[in-house]
Amino acid sequence: MNSRERILGRVRRALADVPRDDSPIERGYLRRHGERTAEETVALLAENLADYRALVHRCAPDELPSLIGRLLTERGSASVLVPPGLDASWLAGTDAARVADRAGSTAHELDRVDSVVTGCAVAVAETGTVVLDGSPDQGRRRITLVPDHHICVVRVPDQVVSSVPEALERLDPLRPSTWISGPSATSDIELDRVEGVHGPRTLEVVLLG
Amino acid sequence: MSGTFVGMPAFPEAARDAVRDTTLRGTLRHATHTIRAKRAKAVAEVSDWAALREAGKRIKDHTLRHLDRYLEQLEAAVTAAGGTVHWAADADEANRIVARLVQETGESEVVKVKSMATQEIGLNEALEAEGIRAYETDLAELIVQLGEDRPSHILVPAIHRNRGEIRDIFRSEMGRWGRPAPEGLTDTPAELAEAARLHLREKFLRAGVGVSGANFMVAETGTLVVVESEGNGRMCLTLPETLISVVGIEKVVPSWRDLEVFLQTLPRSSTAERMNPYTSTWTGTTDGDGPRVFHLVLLDNGRTDTLADEVGRQALRCIRCSACLNVCPVYERAGGHAYGSVYPGPIGAILSPQLRGTASDIDASLPYASSLCGACYEVCPVAIDIPEVLVHLRERVAQGGPVTRDGNKVVLRPARGHGAERAAMRAARWAFRHPGALRAGQRLASRTRRFHPRTLPGPGRAWTGSRDLPPVPAEPFRDWWQRTHGGKDGGR
Ligand code: SF4
Repeated sequence: MNSRERILGRVRRALADVPRDDSPIERGYLRRHGERTAEETVALLAENLADYRALVHRCAPDELPSLIGRLLTERGSASVLVPPGLDASWLAGTDAARVADRAGSTAHELDRVDSVVTGCAVAVAETGTVVLDGSPDQGRRRITLVPDHHICVVRVPDQVVSSVPEALERLDPLRPSTWISGPSATSDIELDRVEGVHGPRTLEVVLLG
Repeated sequence: MSGTFVGMPAFPEAARDAVRDTTLRGTLRHATHTIRAKRAKAVAEVSDWAALREAGKRIKDHTLRHLDRYLEQLEAAVTAAGGTVHWAADADEANRIVARLVQETGESEVVKVKSMATQEIGLNEALEAEGIRAYETDLAELIVQLGEDRPSHILVPAIHRNRGEIRDIFRSEMGRWGRPAPEGLTDTPAELAEAARLHLREKFLRAGVGVSGANFMVAETGTLVVVESEGNGRMCLTLPETLISVVGIEKVVPSWRDLEVFLQTLPRSSTAERMNPYTSTWTGTTDGDGPRVFHLVLLDNGRTDTLADEVGRQALRCIRCSACLNVCPVYERAGGHAYGSVYPGPIGAILSPQLRGTASDIDASLPYASSLCGACYEVCPVAIDIPEVLVHLRERVAQGGPVTRDGNKVVLRPARGHGAERAAMRAARWAFRHPGALRAGQRLASRTRRFHPRTLPGPGRAWTGSRDLPPVPAEPFRDWWQRTHGGKDGGR
C-alpha cells in the first residue's frame, strides 16, 4: 500500500462516526461593511492605503504622465521596469531608461533596476489592498518584487471594490495573484512594525480617474 | 512529530526556568500585551466578526468531514495545473521526499519561507544530513537560525529576543552564513531589518529551490495561498526554478470563495492588521512567471490520528494565527520553549499531545499546562474549544482509554503511578500557582462565553483529590483562589 492509499484509508476510518453532510455552508457574514458611494469607496481606499504607509496620489488621465515622471525624478530613478502591456503614454513624461520585462532577464538584472510601474487587477477599499494578477499591464510577479520602488496605478472607481469577498469574485484563481497592502514590513523585532524588508520599500499608489 | 525537541523536560521544569528569566518575561509581557490590544481593535472594526468566525468554523468542519474527497479533488486540480503531488504519512517520509526532490535539481541549498509544517518534521536538520543547506528567510526565523535557537511563538518565533540580543546575534553570526552585518550596526529595528535585507538578498537572487508551507489549499482549483509580511515569501515562491511546498492535509478548503472568510479573519487575528502586507496565491505552474516545477507534499504525521478523536479533531481547524498564545496567562509566564514543541501555547497544549501521543513526559504534561480560563477559546477565529479538548486529553492521560496511533486503534494505559502522571501533576500545580497571571487572563475572557469549565470529569477529580494537588475548581478559578488564599500573594 502506498502512502496515498494509507492516508486516505486512515481519513476514512477516522470519519467512520461522522455522517456526510453536503448542505451548503451557512454564511451569515456581510458581503461588504457598510454602504458607500463610489467616491466614498475610493476615499476609503486612499485612507487605508495611507494608513499602511503607501504613498497615495490622485490624478486625472491627462496628468498621469507628468505625475509618474515627477515621482521617478523625485526618487532619483535612472531606470524603470515596464510590463509588456503597459500603456506607453503613461511613461511619456520620464527620461528614465525603460527596461522591458523579458522572460530571460535574471533576478540579478532586475535587482539593478530602480523602479517599476504597473497597473493592477483590483483594489480593496476596506483593507487598503491592491491586487496584481499577472495581466499584461502588471507583468510577471518578480518585477514588482525585486526593485525597491513600485508605482501602481489603479483606475478609479472601476477597479475598486469595497471588500475581500468582492475582490475574490473578480479574480481568476488560475492566475497567480499578489495582494499588496502597503510596503513590505516586519513586526518581528519586539512587535514594532518596520517598513521595508524584502519587497519594495516604497509603494506609491496612483488613483487615476 | 520528529525529535526536534528530544530530551525536553516536562512543562513545569521548563516553565520554571523561563519564569526565573526576568528579561525573557519582560520581553514576552510587552510583546503579548501589545499585540492583544491591537488585535482587539482590529477585530472590533468588523461588525460581523462573530458571523465570520462561525463561518470559518463551519467551513473547516465541513472540509474535515469530507477530507478524503477534498484531498483527492485537490490532487487532481494541482496535477491538472502542472504540479506534482506527493503524499507523506510521517515526518521521515516527507523529509525523504523533499531531500530527493532537491537532489534531483542538482542544488545543494534551498531558501525557505517560514512554515510550521517543515519545522514540525525537522526538515532543516534532515536536509543538513543530506548535505543540503536550508536558509530561513523570515526575519524572526533568521534570528532563531543564526542564534542556534528554537522558535518560541508561532507568528513571531523570536519573540523571546529583544533588540539588543538580535543585534549581537547579527554581529557575531551573519558572517558565518553569508554577508556579514554592516559595520556599526545599532539595535534600532529599522537598521536590523536592513541588515537582514542585505544578508538575504544574495541568497534569494541565486536560489534554485524554494521551500514553503501554505496557509490554505483550495481543493476546487488547486490553488495554494501564503500569507506573509516581509516579502521573503514572495521571493521564495517566485524566483527559484523549483518550488516545493510541504503542507498538512488539514489546510485544504473546498472553494476559492472560502478564502473570503479566512483572508478577513487571519490577518486581524494574527498581526492585528486589516490585511497583511503580502498574500500570494498560485495554481500549479504558470508559463514564464515563477517556478517551472512545482511539488506539493501532503503531510499526515499524526493528523489522521487526531481526526479520529471525536473531541480532539477540532484542533485541526487551527489556522495558526497565534491569537490564543497572545492572550494566554500561562504562555505569558512560561514562554514558548516550555511547551517542548514547535506549537507552543494553548494550541500546542492540545495539538502536540494529539500529533505525537502522550507517551513522553512533556506530552503527557501539556494538557495540564493551563488554568482553563477560556481566553484562548474566546479569541480563536475558528472557535476551537481549547478548554474542552484540554479536559478531554487530561482525562485520557489520567484514565487511559482508546486512541488512534499511526492509524491503529490502541488502548492507552492510565498514567497512574507513571512518570507521566507526576509530570502532569507538576504542570497542573504550576499553572495553579500563578494566580496573578490568571486574573489578567480572566479579565480578558468575556462573561458571556459559552464554555466555562467547572469540574474535571469524575475520575479526574478523584485522581487529583487523592494526591498532593490543589483541588480543581468547581467554581471559576479566581473565586476559588480568593476563597482559599484570601487574595494574598496576588500580584505574583
Ligand atoms: S487555536 Fe485558534 S487562536 Fe490558536 S492559533 Fe489556532 S486558530 Fe489561532
